[in-house]
Amino acid sequence: MGDWSGYLALILQGALVTAQLTVMGSALALVAAFAAGLGRIAPLAPVRWLATVYIEFFRGTSIFVQLFWVYFVLPFAGISLSPLMAGVLALGLNVGAYAAEVVRGAILSVPKDQYEATIALNLTKLQRMRHVILPQALPLMLPTFGNNAIELLKATAVVSLISLTDMTFQAQVVRAQTGSTLIPFATILILYFAMAMIITTGVRALERRLTRGLDGVR
Amino acid sequence: MQWDWAFVAEITPTLLSGLKLTLLITLLSAMVAAALGLAFAIARRSPNRLVARPTGAFVEFIRGTPLLVQLYFIFYVLPDAGILLPPLVAGVIGMGLHYATYTAEVYRAGIENVPKGQWEAARATNLTMRQTWVHVVIPQAVPPMIPALANYLIAMFKETPLLSAITVLELMNQAKSVANSSYRYVEPMTLVGVFFLAMSLVSVVMLRWLERRYGRLGK
Repeated sequence: MGDWSGYLALILQGALVTAQLTVMGSALALVAAFAAGLGRIAPLAPVRWLATVYIEFFRGTSIFVQLFWVYFVLPFAGISLSPLMAGVLALGLNVGAYAAEVVRGAILSVPKDQYEATIALNLTKLQRMRHVILPQALPLMLPTFGNNAIELLKATAVVSLISLTDMTFQAQVVRAQTGSTLIPFATILILYFAMAMIITTGVRALERRLTRGLDGVR
Repeated sequence: MQWDWAFVAEITPTLLSGLKLTLLITLLSAMVAAALGLAFAIARRSPNRLVARPTGAFVEFIRGTPLLVQLYFIFYVLPDAGILLPPLVAGVIGMGLHYATYTAEVYRAGIENVPKGQWEAARATNLTMRQTWVHVVIPQAVPPMIPALANYLIAMFKETPLLSAITVLELMNQAKSVANSSYRYVEPMTLVGVFFLAMSLVSVVMLRWLERRYGRLGK
């Protein structure tokens, strides 16, 4: 008792793990979102089905169930993952499925004449995406991506249940050792909120950067 | 490890009893979320800044922090203040409060969706505030909200496994205790996944129907 700086250090260590999970999970989610989002509007039917199955599966069950499945069931199939890997995998794929719908919606909302113009100008598919469609679709995706990133940050708390030493886990350790409940939990609630604010601010800055020069278009 | 159907048959009744509790929790928390969300939405619209500002800050805070930590807070911290809640009640309050901050946004969007001309017409025909709400605003604001609210109902259903962390014996916790006593994880965990997936696929179909029936909330 009385060693508050030591306990605070423990919680800050946990905060680092939470931040790590959020960044790595978001990176995986971004990749999964674009793969599945573009897959759902692909001209090839099997690709569309695959993307739909992925999205419906991960949106249909909660992150908690998926995490436990990855951590407890996959080892029996011979795939043993460390808690951190299991956490990043489950978080990334789960949030990626939600974000995939955002990608699809944003790309479909680019006016049709833009597509027709690229065909008339004889652009390749890659050029069409890179220079015409994505610059217009990305600013539409960003605000929702920001919300998704915050959902991911919040979902990281669940990994404490598969013994990953994130912020929530460390708060439980402090509670067990000191018997104090208010201080550890209030501290991590504030820290989570601060992290969410950082994400919100970051996404807003990115949005301003990306919409620069688009004023005439929209 | 082999998939064992006999074991599946053996554990299914236990899991189904967990599923029943899961559904009960979902229903109760949904009612809390629906009522509390309306209160938040009204408080945030209040012309009195001393009401509107703190409510807004509180809602943002709840939305920005994890449900699991909020559940811990209710379950572990409140007893120190002399409020001892059974796990089930703590879970329902925690989940209801968390999702109330989401439903509050739905209510807000639904109310703002009613054209301004309707408010002006109500005033022009000399309706009282109560009449305006009951006969003009609510009948137009509520139907587009229904699909969005149903969406959060499904989301809450999927989040109920979190309550296993505060010792509520719902579906996930039943599966965990079965798994821990038999050392077989594959069947219980997979069955939980299948149950959730089946229920949410059915509810997605119902949601699509609601959207067709009542239309979607425009942004």
